[in-house]
Amino acid sequence: MIESLPPGLVLVLGALLVPLLRGRLRQALLLSLPVLGFVQLWLLPEGLIRSVDFFGYPLVAVRVDALSKAFGYVFYIAALLNTIYALHLKDGLQHVSALVYSGAAIAAVFVGDLISLFVYWELTSIASVFLIWARRTERSSRAGMRFLLVQVSSGVLLLAGAILHFTETGSLAFDHLGLVSLGTGLILVSFGIKAAFPLLHNWLQDAYPEATVTGTVVLSAFTTKLAIYALARGFAGTEILIPIGATMTAFPIFYAVIENDLRRVLSYSLNNQVGFMVVGVGIGTEMAIDGAVAHVFAHVIYKALLFMSMGAVLLRTGTIKATKLGGLYKSMPWTTCFCVVGAASISAFPLFSGFVSKSLILTAAADEHHTITFLVLLFASAGVFHHSGIKIPYFAFFAHDRGLRVKEAPLNMLLAMAAASALCIGIGVYPDPLYRLLPFTVSYDPYTTTHVVTTLQLLFFSALAFTVLMLTGLYPPERESINLDFDWTYRHALPALGSFLTRTAGAHSAALKEAGRRVLGRALERFTQLHTPPNILGEPWPPGPTAMWAALLLAAYLLLYFL
Amino acid sequence: MNDESARKRYWLDDPANVRRVIWGLVGVCALVVIADLLYEKHVHYGFQHWLGFDAVFGFASCVFLVLAAKQLRKILKRGEDYYD
Repeated sequence: MIESLPPGLVLVLGALLVPLLRGRLRQALLLSLPVLGFVQLWLLPEGLIRSVDFFGYPLVAVRVDALSKAFGYVFYIAALLNTIYALHLKDGLQHVSALVYSGAAIAAVFVGDLISLFVYWELTSIASVFLIWARRTERSSRAGMRFLLVQVSSGVLLLAGAILHFTETGSLAFDHLGLVSLGTGLILVSFGIKAAFPLLHNWLQDAYPEATVTGTVVLSAFTTKLAIYALARGFAGTEILIPIGATMTAFPIFYAVIENDLRRVLSYSLNNQVGFMVVGVGIGTEMAIDGAVAHVFAHVIYKALLFMSMGAVLLRTGTIKATKLGGLYKSMPWTTCFCVVGAASISAFPLFSGFVSKSLILTAAADEHHTITFLVLLFASAGVFHHSGIKIPYFAFFAHDRGLRVKEAPLNMLLAMAAASALCIGIGVYPDPLYRLLPFTVSYDPYTTTHVVTTLQLLFFSALAFTVLMLTGLYPPERESINLDFDWTYRHALPALGSFLTRTAGAHSAALKEAGRRVLGRALERFTQLHTPPNILGEPWPPGPTAMWAALLLAAYLLLYFL
Repeated sequence: MNDESARKRYWLDDPANVRRVIWGLVGVCALVVIADLLYEKHVHYGFQHWLGFDAVFGFASCVFLVLAAKQLRKILKRGEDYYD
């Protein structure tokens, strides 16, 4: 029976059993589901396509190829690591939410049409928000609502784009789309929201740090990487993605340097790492796409590892502010070690996973003569070592000893971090199995003398810069503060404008009513006139654009309603 | 147990050892630049052939990043309860 189930659904269906079980039985179920799913995926042959009939239109419920398999494997690995990390939790809501969310993300990479993609796209949004709400604070409830609104809007745009694309081409197939029409443009924006493109990015840094200790780890794995899968599938070689991705690698790291909440620092660096993948997809050569996929694979694991280590710190000390932390290596030595492994991996140190994946993208950029992009990526590589590689471990575990003496992280958390660390080092030391999983299986040797020496120069001199800035006191001290980002527009500016307008309107209500009556009367007159043939609105409208406008209006209404 | 571990002196608690770590880093930095003289570089761009290009680029990038972010803070920094 299990072979006929679309990949991912074993997690979604298994989640339904979680509330029925308690204790060891529940833990056994939680652990077995990702393993079962992984084995099922292993057995699925590449090239498999299974269609179902949907109101006379064939939808591709399952499509298995090298690209989807690579994402499927790493998503299952992430799901298993997350389960181990969260195994001590008694909160069934979080387990169910994590399983449905991971399952939906996996299912989404194995569908072959835009409508099925939309369904799982929205399911990931709805399931994941509970990982934020499960913190059960006023703050997390509001952050979760903002997160959900943005995510659902992305889905609505996807649906609108799909409908428009269908009316233009008669196809709902989710293959290469390219930026060729309004429909595919809407789909690209929808993917861009989930991938956290510049100015569409802020839901990520806003919401992820507000989730629970384990929830943030789960969130870090799937949403943005599902978007990278969708971009690689639909928009490989779309040139506009190169400058977008390059901006993503560079712009968030300035924020990461001055941010005080260490899980928010990691969210900014997540945004920066996803930028590398977007550049890879935009370049679109075989090496670049392989680089993007390899980087997803490495990134999902080391990012989860970093969030796990910060989660353990939050769990044990009750805070994740750099201003309140320091010296924890004395009481959490294992967590410190694992965090350093994650930090070395994200920084692309030789023998760690980032080293064998990120360089594919940089090499592809140089091969295609994207010189400025190459230099921006090099700048971002130095920067990521600075804020993720050094800042995170330094401020949490070293720096000033604040006298915090806590217990080491729980055993299951340590095991999850150990497994993730082993994978980070394993991939770094022996990258061949990862390279064989890639869609184009390019031949690439990361361990050339040039690559090793130049990388070490970049990284050690970044460390030297940090040391010099620290010793000279030029390094900006940690402050208990937040930094304004793009969410200021919808969290502050728009509501302020709204209340200003309401106040002004209240003060002049009589005059406004009179003016309103006049305008409405005239509009009604004009409306009647327009709706009589041969005027434009008297004609019947084609259904595609109408549905699109209806969907867009609905999205706009939803946004305005909740803000 | 807590009191005991609070009193315990760790290797890094000694400023002399911190200085050793820093000098170690300086030494490694010197070594990786000297290494540039000992092999034939295979790179894409002419400028990458300069001795220690990545070293200078990495150092300059980080100094720029931190000092620019410090200036940004003047504009962007708000109290923690700003949105509450």
